[in-house]
Amino acid sequence: MPPPQFDTGNPSRSVIRLELTAGHLVAALLLILYPFGANDFFIVQIGAQSLLLGTVALSLMLLAGYGGMVSLSQMTVAGMAGYFIAILGTDSYNLGLGWPWWIVVPGSILCATVIATVIGIISVRTEGIYTIMITLAIGVALYYLCNQNYAVFNGFTGFSGLKPPAVFGIDWRAPLPFYYLSLAIAAAAYLAVSYFERSTFGLALQAIRDNPRRMHALGYDVTLHRIVAHVFAGFLAAVGGVMLVWYNGRISPGTIGVGELIDILIIAVIGGLRRPIGPFVGAIVFVLIGNFAIDLIDRERFNMLIGFGFLIIVLFSPDGLLGLWDKLTSMSRDARAEEWRR
Amino acid sequence: MTRLVKPAVLGAAMLASAAAVGATQAAEPIKMGALATLEGAFTVLGQEGMRGVELALQEHNYEVAGRKIELIKASSNAQPDSAVAAARKLAEQDGIDIMIGPLSGSEGLAIKDYAKTQLGVTFLNGASAAQDTTLRDPAPNFFRFNPDGAQWIAGLGEYTYKVKGYKRIAVVSEDYSFPYTMVFGFMKDFCKLGGKVPEKFWVPIGNKDFSAIIASLPEDIDAIFVVMAGSDALNFLSQYFQSGGDKPLVASSMTVDQSILSSKGRSKDYLVGTPSATPAADVNPLPEWKAFVDGYRKAFPKGLNSPSLFAQEYYVSTKAALAALEMVGGDLSDGHAKFRDALANLKLMTPAGMRSLDANRQVVTDIFLTEVAKGEDGDLKAKLIKVVPQVNQTLGESMDKFLAYGPVGRDNPSCP
Repeated sequence: MPPPQFDTGNPSRSVIRLELTAGHLVAALLLILYPFGANDFFIVQIGAQSLLLGTVALSLMLLAGYGGMVSLSQMTVAGMAGYFIAILGTDSYNLGLGWPWWIVVPGSILCATVIATVIGIISVRTEGIYTIMITLAIGVALYYLCNQNYAVFNGFTGFSGLKPPAVFGIDWRAPLPFYYLSLAIAAAAYLAVSYFERSTFGLALQAIRDNPRRMHALGYDVTLHRIVAHVFAGFLAAVGGVMLVWYNGRISPGTIGVGELIDILIIAVIGGLRRPIGPFVGAIVFVLIGNFAIDLIDRERFNMLIGFGFLIIVLFSPDGLLGLWDKLTSMSRDARAEEWRR
Repeated sequence: MTRLVKPAVLGAAMLASAAAVGATQAAEPIKMGALATLEGAFTVLGQEGMRGVELALQEHNYEVAGRKIELIKASSNAQPDSAVAAARKLAEQDGIDIMIGPLSGSEGLAIKDYAKTQLGVTFLNGASAAQDTTLRDPAPNFFRFNPDGAQWIAGLGEYTYKVKGYKRIAVVSEDYSFPYTMVFGFMKDFCKLGGKVPEKFWVPIGNKDFSAIIASLPEDIDAIFVVMAGSDALNFLSQYFQSGGDKPLVASSMTVDQSILSSKGRSKDYLVGTPSATPAADVNPLPEWKAFVDGYRKAFPKGLNSPSLFAQEYYVSTKAALAALEMVGGDLSDGHAKFRDALANLKLMTPAGMRSLDANRQVVTDIFLTEVAKGEDGDLKAKLIKVVPQVNQTLGESMDKFLAYGPVGRDNPSCP
């Protein structure tokens, strides 16, 4: 049996954390100033969408990176939050219950988190590829439920005309407010996950990932830890899902189709599953390629370019873009050390 | 341009200044975006749509009234979200003036809502055919030179009741906005004449096993109205005939599409005599249609043998935009006001006959009533029965009365 790998013992860790803090400041400044150098398309469709998809992918990164559980149903949870926004609130065909926003928004997030918890309870007793299979099965089942149920989910058509409430008299769907709201949510999610990583619970979860049997022997409740991880990840995905439904202004079964579930996995994998910044990097690359590939390669072949780009990233760096970055920095560090020795 | 310049022959200075104005105008190209489904289940249809746009532009040499036209393509996957995302890129990033698209029904509804936020861009529908895209709450800058689903099938309800003599019909249909519109278009006339539709079966797209539906089809019906496309239609038809079904059929436009009629197998023989209606002009070969087919074959040697309905509809929309641009001399400087006026009043001779717009910017067009027949070579073909002339969106009723039917859906209309 391999020994547990707690990465808290890593001596270079404090140095990395210091570097990251400086990096954090620069990134925060850039993100806050970004709308002043961009048009509406870049602010919302590239900027805000990357942040929101990054938030949903972050919930997968938390499960997969710290918990070792690759769940394909994170977009399902996000989509369910979006559906509850429509079902409890108002839409253009008045199919919803029309409750006020301060019940609808927390209620939607709560309901979606409950669904995530149930998914967690069902899936945590499985390992590896079986976790992927069972979460995929749940995702597909809910997709067909939404597609064929007309009484609650309005079937294939879904709901349209879903708008954020005008709290404080601000139109939150206007480009600037929406971008800053997305940024605030993404930043909060990022900080929460960064804290989670170092919290007692987070450390226990990572230990369970590395050696569940030993943790069980030490008296930890492995199943409960995994379920709680699903609850937290589900909450993040739900918040991202509420924002995404406001971004699109509509929701239909296509939002939680198989392709969309896998998109989240792609985002997390190309960004890197090691650290919480990975999903955001992945989301930016994913959104940029998705929007501009058609300009780079004319005609009907642009999806090939998208696939090819992802393939190259995963081929050259199994840890995604973050892994590539780590390799580059460690190479330059080695080079500097070499110079120092001479 | 020449018409502008000719009166100015007297003064060389005037001529020079006019030419200078023309030059600055010519320097700036008109940006046209084309949105079709180049991914997902409707990829082949989307490619056909793009061919329609390209053919129309090629005929004009990518130039109108002295201004170059720059074509920017975008793709969606038939989901409303992806259509809006692609349209956003075209409008907000690429800065297009005119957009042609989208292709499918629910996409059209979403693009109409988006158009309201982009009043600086003029949208011309591609081939999408949901009713409420133009009927209820239309966008002032969204123009549809293509019929909606109810128009597609105009005249079929009456023909079925009066000529074919079917009084009781069961409906088997795919389950989304476009078939709802079609079933409405059929039932409106059929029910008014006294026909009955005791049961409707709604099937999710991509359904493979129809045995449960076939088993529960009522015995006391005269015919089945089938509203399905592609493999869904093929699966239903072969399973129905294999299980010994012998009721005659009434078909939606896509159900007796050439792609299904050309399929192999014995079951298609049952289709002879099936009535249908369609806006596809290949059953009614006008000289304009023949010219369109020749142009299509020359421009796209690798395309289909005969252009599909989607190439036809995208082609018509692009031609309409070009004709209106020609009329206003390529001038969009007044926030498209003159251009939109020209579009609204346009009378365009298209491969599918004369088309013009109503007050909601929705097309008035000819529809072709057909029946499946066996050709000399034994192959099945749709044979023209008659042309239903100049069908409008309200199918000949007044707007108020038509709106009173309410939005189409699974349970509207109903006459059991």
